[in-house]
Amino acid sequence: MTWKDVVETTRETEQWPERSFEDLIGSTRFDVHERAHIVVDDTVCRDCPSRECIVACPAKLFVPTSDGGILFNYEQCFECGTCYLVCNNEGAITWTYPEGGHGVVFKLT
Amino acid sequence: MADVDVVVVGAGPAGSTAATVLARAGHSVILLERGPFPGSKNMYGGVVYPRILDQLHPEWWEDAPIQRWVTRRSTMVLTDDQALTVDFRSEKWGRPPYNGATAFRPDWDSWLASKAQAAGATLVCSTTATGLLRERGRVVGVTTDRPEGDLRADVVIACDGVNSFLAKDAGLYGEVDAANYTVGVKETLGLPKEVIDERFAVRGREGVDIEILGGTGGVNGGAFLYTNFDTLAVGCVLKLPALAAQELRPEAIIAGLKRHPAIAPLVEGGDVAEYSAHVIPEAGLAMMPKMTGDGILVAGDAAAMCLAAGIWLEGVNFAMASGIYAGEAAAEALAAGDPSAAGLAGYERRLEDTFVLRDHRKLRRAPGLVLSDRVQHLYPEMIANTVERMFRVDNPAPKPGLRAIFNSERKRAGIKLADLARDARDGLRSFG
Repeated sequence: MTWKDVVETTRETEQWPERSFEDLIGSTRFDVHERAHIVVDDTVCRDCPSRECIVACPAKLFVPTSDGGILFNYEQCFECGTCYLVCNNEGAITWTYPEGGHGVVFKLT
Repeated sequence: MADVDVVVVGAGPAGSTAATVLARAGHSVILLERGPFPGSKNMYGGVVYPRILDQLHPEWWEDAPIQRWVTRRSTMVLTDDQALTVDFRSEKWGRPPYNGATAFRPDWDSWLASKAQAAGATLVCSTTATGLLRERGRVVGVTTDRPEGDLRADVVIACDGVNSFLAKDAGLYGEVDAANYTVGVKETLGLPKEVIDERFAVRGREGVDIEILGGTGGVNGGAFLYTNFDTLAVGCVLKLPALAAQELRPEAIIAGLKRHPAIAPLVEGGDVAEYSAHVIPEAGLAMMPKMTGDGILVAGDAAAMCLAAGIWLEGVNFAMASGIYAGEAAAEALAAGDPSAAGLAGYERRLEDTFVLRDHRKLRRAPGLVLSDRVQHLYPEMIANTVERMFRVDNPAPKPGLRAIFNSERKRAGIKLADLARDARDGLRSFG
């Protein structure tokens, strides 16, 4: 290996291929139930200045909408509890476990 | 009339050991699991310390589904462009009775639950316990999401995990504070076994546990990198309020960790095989609920038993131990015909007499210290810069004294001597 190759290799390392979040969470299995196990009251969220859920939810389930609301999707949920723990607004997030046998199915963790 | 003597909610490490003990004592036990199989909802960093099983399952290592035996244990301090590692290895940890092992929770928890089944407990999966049944203020069973799914039992053992809706429903928890919790986020990366062996300097079933201070994008917490058989576990643990108060999302923090010059060469080329997350009860003794109520015991994460003490990061062993003691205490109470809180008092006595609460009591200041701003944001830089200057050959300048380097780095990091002394005292009280 020449010095030039070494430099090239280093450069490759630095350019770690960016993966989309969809690819990342696509590696995890979810057996989704038709009932949403988490319900978000968007009217509370509209007035929320801090919106901790957006940055903290590891499954990226809370997405701000252009009209000032929050779009929520329960399907690829780790059922971890981060959202209701960080949420400062009483009643914004109603959180239960999904129906037995449904939701996330971990295999390699 | 009760359907069974005991219903255990949650077939994790606490629930399955409790069910095993009770079934062996001749009691009828239903072990409820909301996932399709035990461990399917469970995620952790990746290392289990199973010696507590020596009595319950002698020679457990013969069939335990482990990935690798941890024979190398490293503690790493990371800044943006520096890394200091203390690396220990012992061949003893690669032989029975072993010390720690990397394992997947779906494998581990399924294995432990199969032991409960072999002892005579009935495992019922895909069933969520939705609440408690009460009579005259006493817990007499659980409601479930099955049709006509009420289950009546003399004792309920809540091993329903960190969110424990049952312990909360039973009024055993005080106010829930997000500051007591972290979220663990992890990527499992596939790599050929030979590549892992080479990169981490291990052979056969030997494995490495790297615990990291820093590498969390400035969010209070810690990071980790573990070797499985042909995968790596890389991720971080993030204090919830600190995570919520800044802009970097968890997956971006892991991506940053994977790009760090000390980590990138170890994880390079690994394909994400699974992405996972779980909340961790991090505050130890300060956040624990009441362990016992009339007709109910709480064990494992549901009782906040994770030990997050920096140099010691444990949980599954505390869960398994508390499950064993809950099972013993419940058997005692059933034999005496008194499943009230008073009749179940043997549980807390056992917790107090063993490492479960002894460790937590001794280390009660450790979680706060480890997650404090100084330990998280100031000390890593001070330590790494001190070591950098210690090893830097600055000729023609002569070598400075180590004390002079340390003091100037301490001042540069803005650390007051009084604060350093206070943290050192807390550290000694905890770890000394």
